[in-house]
Amino acid sequence: MKFGLQIAAALVAVIAAAIIFGTFERPPVTTVQRGYRGTAMEQVYNPRLLSAAMAANIAPASLPQAPADGPKAGAVYKNVQVLKDVSVAQFTRLMVSMTTWVAPQQGCAYCHRTAEMASDALYTKVVARRMLQMVRHINADWTSHVAGVGVTCYTCHRGQPVPAVIWWNGDPQAATPGVAIPAVGKNHPSAAAGASSLPDDPFTPFLEQANDIRVEAVQALPGTDNHSIKQTDWTYALMIHFSEALGVNCTYCHNSRQFASWEQSTPQRVTAWYGIRMVRDLNTQYLDGLAGVFPPQRLGPLGDAPKLNCATCHRGAYKPLFGVAMAKEFPELTGAAHP
Amino acid sequence: MAEYQNIFTRVQVRGPLHAGSALPAGSWERTGQGRFIHWLGRLGDAQIGPIYLGFSGIASLILGFFAIEIIGLNMWASVNWDPVQFVRQLPWLALEPPPPAYGLHLPPLQQGGWWLLAGFCLTASILLWWVRMYRRARALGLGTHTAWAFAAAIWLYLVLGFIRPLLMGSWAEAVPFGIFPHLDWTAAFSLRYGNLFYNPFHMLSIAFLYGSAVLFAMHGATILAVSRFGGEREVEQIIDRGTAAERAAIFWRWTMGFNATFESLHRWGWWFAVLCPLTGGIGILLTGTVVDNWYLWGVKHGIAPPYPAVFPAVIDPASHQGMVP
Repeated sequence: MKFGLQIAAALVAVIAAAIIFGTFERPPVTTVQRGYRGTAMEQVYNPRLLSAAMAANIAPASLPQAPADGPKAGAVYKNVQVLKDVSVAQFTRLMVSMTTWVAPQQGCAYCHRTAEMASDALYTKVVARRMLQMVRHINADWTSHVAGVGVTCYTCHRGQPVPAVIWWNGDPQAATPGVAIPAVGKNHPSAAAGASSLPDDPFTPFLEQANDIRVEAVQALPGTDNHSIKQTDWTYALMIHFSEALGVNCTYCHNSRQFASWEQSTPQRVTAWYGIRMVRDLNTQYLDGLAGVFPPQRLGPLGDAPKLNCATCHRGAYKPLFGVAMAKEFPELTGAAHP
Repeated sequence: MAEYQNIFTRVQVRGPLHAGSALPAGSWERTGQGRFIHWLGRLGDAQIGPIYLGFSGIASLILGFFAIEIIGLNMWASVNWDPVQFVRQLPWLALEPPPPAYGLHLPPLQQGGWWLLAGFCLTASILLWWVRMYRRARALGLGTHTAWAFAAAIWLYLVLGFIRPLLMGSWAEAVPFGIFPHLDWTAAFSLRYGNLFYNPFHMLSIAFLYGSAVLFAMHGATILAVSRFGGEREVEQIIDRGTAAERAAIFWRWTMGFNATFESLHRWGWWFAVLCPLTGGIGILLTGTVVDNWYLWGVKHGIAPPYPAVFPAVIDPASHQGMVP
């Protein structure tokens, strides 16, 4: 009996330790008040995790500026379609920078056939051109979201050919066996929504398609709003993604007493609103179109191109790279997508 | 040498096995002879059995088994019958009610019909268990307070899964079966209907919930504290007030100026516990049927005060672009 008691006590201790150390965040925790006192409009930070995030989001040094005069790249090189009006010196600086941002291990040959640099034979070069157009489009046309900070290839790529955070359309796994209820896109640990049981893929409906995000009633009494609780699950999952991607609490944008109310929201919510439209624009106008360019191993289970969400750029920071304006040092990365 | 004390005793006090008082005519036989289990004795009475099942008990267990089977097998199917994943993901798995498109129609099994079937079996099982509880109390010559307290919990269950979906015209409004999914449902419910904290019946329900916990702690502590004076014989001391009851009463009069009696305290506890799901159920029932956004309702009725602006004025970008978000 005594031995059994000891075994039981040891088992309980192991389980309790696993729960405490496996699921809780070690202190300290600091709270920063942002809104009016007493409204719980505050951000919760763990200084240890915050410094880890800052160490993981350091912008690389930019190459020294190159002169803008001299012959233009479009006149000197063959098959230059986007950066035609950039000087050869600036063009070379950008190409070297892109190599260190995107393919530092693989070098120029990751995109270029070194024997014939102008060739579009490698799919990576075609993708890179489209991405260049996308970056110019973001910096020129989406200042409502990126403001003066802007983006470069590094904002997402961080020295990797494929950005660490990408997504594909969720595979509904329609082949649920027998007469059981088929998969509904939720009720499994959701990587997109903080390991909750919320939808696994809140991106397809909101960051590719333009489904209705606003589910909360805007009048006190019924009669005008038909949104269901099931729909709310999808919005909820998207919002958890926002929170995780930016390393912020709900109250960074919303007053939690009334999530829908713009009057009580912070100005960051407007930036986020444009962010949703920007990501939707980029996914549909730039990335979806690359499905035929990527080789099969880069495509999702339904054959769609990899797409971006908030975390692709933000990576746990409220501003990507904590607001370092890398794009300012590369004026070639701002302009019309199709000059 | 172990010694019997009034609390935290290391001695198990056991009488001889007792089959229970005689059953009234028409009752079923009790099952088993009964035996002692040491570990149960550490938590409560060491005797387990004999068990009275009866018709309502057996019917309830069978229907409950069906409900758990339907829920569990659908959950297991959702991980492609993988036993390891079933265990690992169990807290996340769910059996969902039908999509809103079905309204109150009967959907095919694969479109949520399983949910309706599981819900029917579970509801029937719970109601039969209520009947069993009522009839067992009557058979033992007891009052039916426990059955009516259970009925209060059943009221909340029925509002959530049956009555409110009926009024809303959609099974989709009901709660999914699942551990985390039903918690996510609760959060989504509050998000959709504009913050349940502004629902006065939700407020009442919380007050009764916390109040129940406080009353239970106060009463438990009081009886343990006066048990050295015979306070555990609290029911006797209701009518024949001994020093335990006197001291307990004086203690509370001195500490908070008022005391419940040994008799009235049990009514306090019962009503607090019962009013928690009763008021909560009313709050759920009004949500979406009578009030669509509880915060805006609170503003309208002066219970949600405005706060001074801290941030620059924020305007819905969708409103000045003429865009549908």
